[in-house]
Amino acid sequence: MKNQYLSIDFDSTNYKRRILWKIIGLVCLFLLVALSGFWIGEEQIEANMGEKHLSPSLDHPFGTDWLGRDMFFRTLLGLHLSWKVGLFAAVISTVIALTLSLLSSINKFFDSLVTMLIDLFLSIPHLVALILIAFVLGGGVKGIVIGIAFTHWPSLTRVLRAEILQIKSSEYVHISKKLGKSRMWIIRHHYLPQLAPQLFVGFILLFPHAILHESAITFLGFGLSPEQPAIGIILSEAMKYLTMGMWWLVVFPGLSLFGMVVIFDALGNNLRKLLNPN
Amino acid sequence: MQLLNIGKFILLRTLKFAILLFAVVLFSFILVSFSPVDPIQSYLGAEMMVVSEEQKERLAEYFGVDESKTQQFLNWLNMFLHGDLGTSLLYRQEVIAVIQERFLASFVLMAISWIISGIFGYALGVIAGMNKGTMIDKAIKSFCFILASTPAFWIGILLLIVFSLWLGWFPIGLSLPIGMLAEEVTVWDWLKHIILPALTLSIIGVSNITLHTRQKVMDVLESEFIRFARSKGEEGFRLFARHGLRNTLFPAISVHFASFGELFGGAILAEQVFSYPGLGQAIVQAGMNSDVPLLLGIVVFSTLFVFIGNLLADLLYYLIDVRMKNGETI
Repeated sequence: MKNQYLSIDFDSTNYKRRILWKIIGLVCLFLLVALSGFWIGEEQIEANMGEKHLSPSLDHPFGTDWLGRDMFFRTLLGLHLSWKVGLFAAVISTVIALTLSLLSSINKFFDSLVTMLIDLFLSIPHLVALILIAFVLGGGVKGIVIGIAFTHWPSLTRVLRAEILQIKSSEYVHISKKLGKSRMWIIRHHYLPQLAPQLFVGFILLFPHAILHESAITFLGFGLSPEQPAIGIILSEAMKYLTMGMWWLVVFPGLSLFGMVVIFDALGNNLRKLLNPN
Repeated sequence: MQLLNIGKFILLRTLKFAILLFAVVLFSFILVSFSPVDPIQSYLGAEMMVVSEEQKERLAEYFGVDESKTQQFLNWLNMFLHGDLGTSLLYRQEVIAVIQERFLASFVLMAISWIISGIFGYALGVIAGMNKGTMIDKAIKSFCFILASTPAFWIGILLLIVFSLWLGWFPIGLSLPIGMLAEEVTVWDWLKHIILPALTLSIIGVSNITLHTRQKVMDVLESEFIRFARSKGEEGFRLFARHGLRNTLFPAISVHFASFGELFGGAILAEQVFSYPGLGQAIVQAGMNSDVPLLLGIVVFSTLFVFIGNLLADLLYYLIDVRMKNGETI
């Protein structure tokens, strides 16, 4: 009997350990890609007319473009921009989601106000809202970050709001209220500790969406100037050279972006398994 | 009685939508009014240099540029309520007319893709759900996760490389051949230009519906009545067709209707990749060229589009729900 319990226990720690290793591996992979952007200087992506239109080789793993710029380094810089935009957008989105979900816990009026706001943002297609906001802010990294941040909070807000509703109706919150604890006290001691895992997982899982939308909006031509290496810009430029058969301009940057999205997706899902917020 | 209830349901939803639409309009208007775009300059474009100050002032007066923001909003709202969305600066045409023309092209594209991705997504979901845990299930599941992490427009460019450049089966852009009269265009010409964008849009839409259906099928297969049918010796796809089909098909259609927002977003990207002259391409051009009336018009229109999708989705759910309560079989 005892052995059986032991083995179950052992299994679950083993399972958790495996997930932990996966998470560590994913973080390392991410850091490798993310930090490399800091070391890439201007000279590595400078135009070099002597090396135009080169297909992938050992010297240039991703080939070179029509100005002889090395696509490997341009792609890495693009990814660097992607996760930075993702980070800003995810932080702002998470803060908005937390604020609104706490606001909705105050009373019925605020709750319906927040629900209305969620409905409002979900009723415009994501990309349309992004175009509108990017247009209004006159483009630039600022426009993209704000646009993505202000369109990605609704789903997380919904999750947090439901979670708070559940905690709110629990016994110990009622007791705290009866004891005369303030609203802030209850938020700090009851809501936030319980919400923390959800909040963190939600924060990480915002990245894949943010990165995909960043690439989409830069591909459409909103926001960044053509010199800035963003994956969307690289891909939209590459389209002009497709007829010349320069397939590597499309394939590798796209695959790299896909890899970045997968890393964040896997990271979020493994964290969820580890923390098990549900 | 039931008909009355449905009428009430639609009426309530429409009322809620009217409030929502007002909020969207107000929100967009506030946003746009903060934008740095000078309406006179974007109207005149390159002629800004030629036109005299006096004429500019008269234009400003005509447009109501100097009026208060509230007054401007009221003017715009008044026009909007009369069905006038203004004139597109880019196309020099009524915004409504531009939207009508462009939406027709987009509608064909979206409708084809919606149907294809619905059929394939549902079929894949059923296959995965019925073979839970097997290699087939894992393959389909991975396929969906890969699709969900792939930039939509990148799929489009890859298709363009493979089918247009390498195989040469399809043209590289535009929905109709250049230099041809509309009457001369055959169905085949038109098909050649719509297949790739439609394929891209279909591929994007598959993942959502497949994952949803897979879950539903797995749930249904674990229910009492399936166990009962199994005990009578029914199995495989026959079992599913007789007992599981109706229970999973309607929720799947409902979910598919609720995805109109993503469909519209996907269409913007697909149209941009294949230079397909639809509404998606129009909104990108409107944004790039500061054509505010057209931009606002398409924002409002896309909201309406999403609303109709959600309404149909809810209506379907409502109908299933009512029938279940009445004890009828679906």
